[in-house]
Amino acid sequence: MEYFVQQLVNGLTLGSIYGLIAIGYTMVYGIIGMINFAHGDIFMIGAFIALSTFLLLTTILGISFLPLVLLVVLVVSMAFTSAWGWTVERLAYRPLRGSFRLAPLITAIGMSIVLQNFVQVSQGARVKPLPPQITGGITLMEGSSANGTIQAQLSYMQIIIIATTLVLMVGFSLLISRTPLGRAQRACEQDRKMAALLGVNVDRTISLTFIMGAALASVAGLMFMLLYGVIDFYIGFLAGVKAFTAAVLGGIGSLPGAMLGGLLIGLIEVFWSAYFTVEYKDVAAFSILAIVLIFMPSGLLGKPEIEKV
Amino acid sequence: MSEPLLSTRDVHTYYGKIIALRGVDIDVHAGEIVTMIGANGAGKSTLMMTICGNPHPRQGQIVYDGRDITMMPTHEIMRLGIAQSPEGRRIFRAMTVLENLQMGASLVDPKYFDSDLEKVFHLFPRLKERIKQRGGTMSGGELQMLAIARALMSRPKLLLLDEPSLGLAPLVVKQIFDAIRELNQSEGLTVFLVEQNAFHALKLAHRAYVMVNGKITMSGTGAELLGREDVRAAYLEGGGH
Repeated sequence: MEYFVQQLVNGLTLGSIYGLIAIGYTMVYGIIGMINFAHGDIFMIGAFIALSTFLLLTTILGISFLPLVLLVVLVVSMAFTSAWGWTVERLAYRPLRGSFRLAPLITAIGMSIVLQNFVQVSQGARVKPLPPQITGGITLMEGSSANGTIQAQLSYMQIIIIATTLVLMVGFSLLISRTPLGRAQRACEQDRKMAALLGVNVDRTISLTFIMGAALASVAGLMFMLLYGVIDFYIGFLAGVKAFTAAVLGGIGSLPGAMLGGLLIGLIEVFWSAYFTVEYKDVAAFSILAIVLIFMPSGLLGKPEIEKV
Repeated sequence: MSEPLLSTRDVHTYYGKIIALRGVDIDVHAGEIVTMIGANGAGKSTLMMTICGNPHPRQGQIVYDGRDITMMPTHEIMRLGIAQSPEGRRIFRAMTVLENLQMGASLVDPKYFDSDLEKVFHLFPRLKERIKQRGGTMSGGELQMLAIARALMSRPKLLLLDEPSLGLAPLVVKQIFDAIRELNQSEGLTVFLVEQNAFHALKLAHRAYVMVNGKITMSGTGAELLGREDVRAAYLEGGGH
């Protein structure tokens, strides 16, 4: 039981990170019908900016009050990563809008490679370590097993990750469902031509979508860095593929779907590793995706495309 | 006569290599209802969209309220007080009636919202009953009313209506045309509508144009065109219910 609870907590933590990245995929897909393959690398850039800012603040400026440092890191990382997201859209996608469907997909893959290589060249290919900053936790349960005592621990880091994700997701859902900006985004998703006829600046709305997705990915990057303590230029690829899978599993284009999909992928991965073999955790996650898509082609919460004439 | 509110001069519009408008000149004066009739594919909807900047004309000029809007982006043109209820209505199907109307009011100071809402509900009481309903679940007539109401929420000076009667029962058509007349008479709203349903449109309009194959072939008052044998033969046979 303790073991199960521990895995549940771990799965939710990992799932939170996937969920935050998945939102960026699903929103961009919703609004321009394109898979932004560079989004995982935007997450990686977010982690690097977070690490650089963190080191700048602690070692060079000598600030040691951790909450303040993390807050500044969060703000700086969101700001810079958003700028990256905006730039990618502006340079690689907008000029190709209205072109044939595969063109932006190819530039997205190109952008992904560009971002990876840029970080590899400028930051070096070796992994960047960061000693654990937030230690300790709460013991949820304690029991004994054949090998001695076994504990289910909820670390402070995990609490921060899950709580931050929860706050961001609630805030973000409200932004989309209640504000004029969110309404304009949904209008652009459904019918860009009509949205423009109502005075919505479609280009600006699309830019803002990329900015929001990048900001959420940067938060995920910061949390990833703090949780695992190592990052390199390649982390965006696998995390990106997983988060994309999460978005498809939940139903691409659906915001709650991305969140649910993220949590599920995180849980599947962790539980598979815990009870079966860690080597096959990705196989398990992708197999479940395949099975779900066979029976529910539009994902768990996606709406099937019904053409009403 | 004073400057027209909207005028197009020698407007040529293409879709890729295919020409859709071959030099269209129209004038719409403030306070008028002007209609354009023409067969399917004559270019009526293309003219409506060209006025709104999507697509832009390849040649010619469009002037609205003394300003050259020929190459302006769509969202900026709409800011100048033009609203369109487009071909196919284009209601946001996943949004409620209220949200669709809120979208219509995107550019308007929120302080007007409640009173404007009352106004469109007065015009189309059916919409008030459906306020929480999603666009995708409504009937054709309700969708058309919503499309016009959404356009009105932007407080336009010029209302463009693309085939408001298409596919609707005669009773609903009458209701919609009555509403247009009322808006024009009580508020002085300028209306430019294109129609295949020539009989109602010509009766409603002060002036009218006939478009054939991307060109204006006739113009005159609504009554004049209604009286012409060739117009009746081409556009009213079987249509004048």
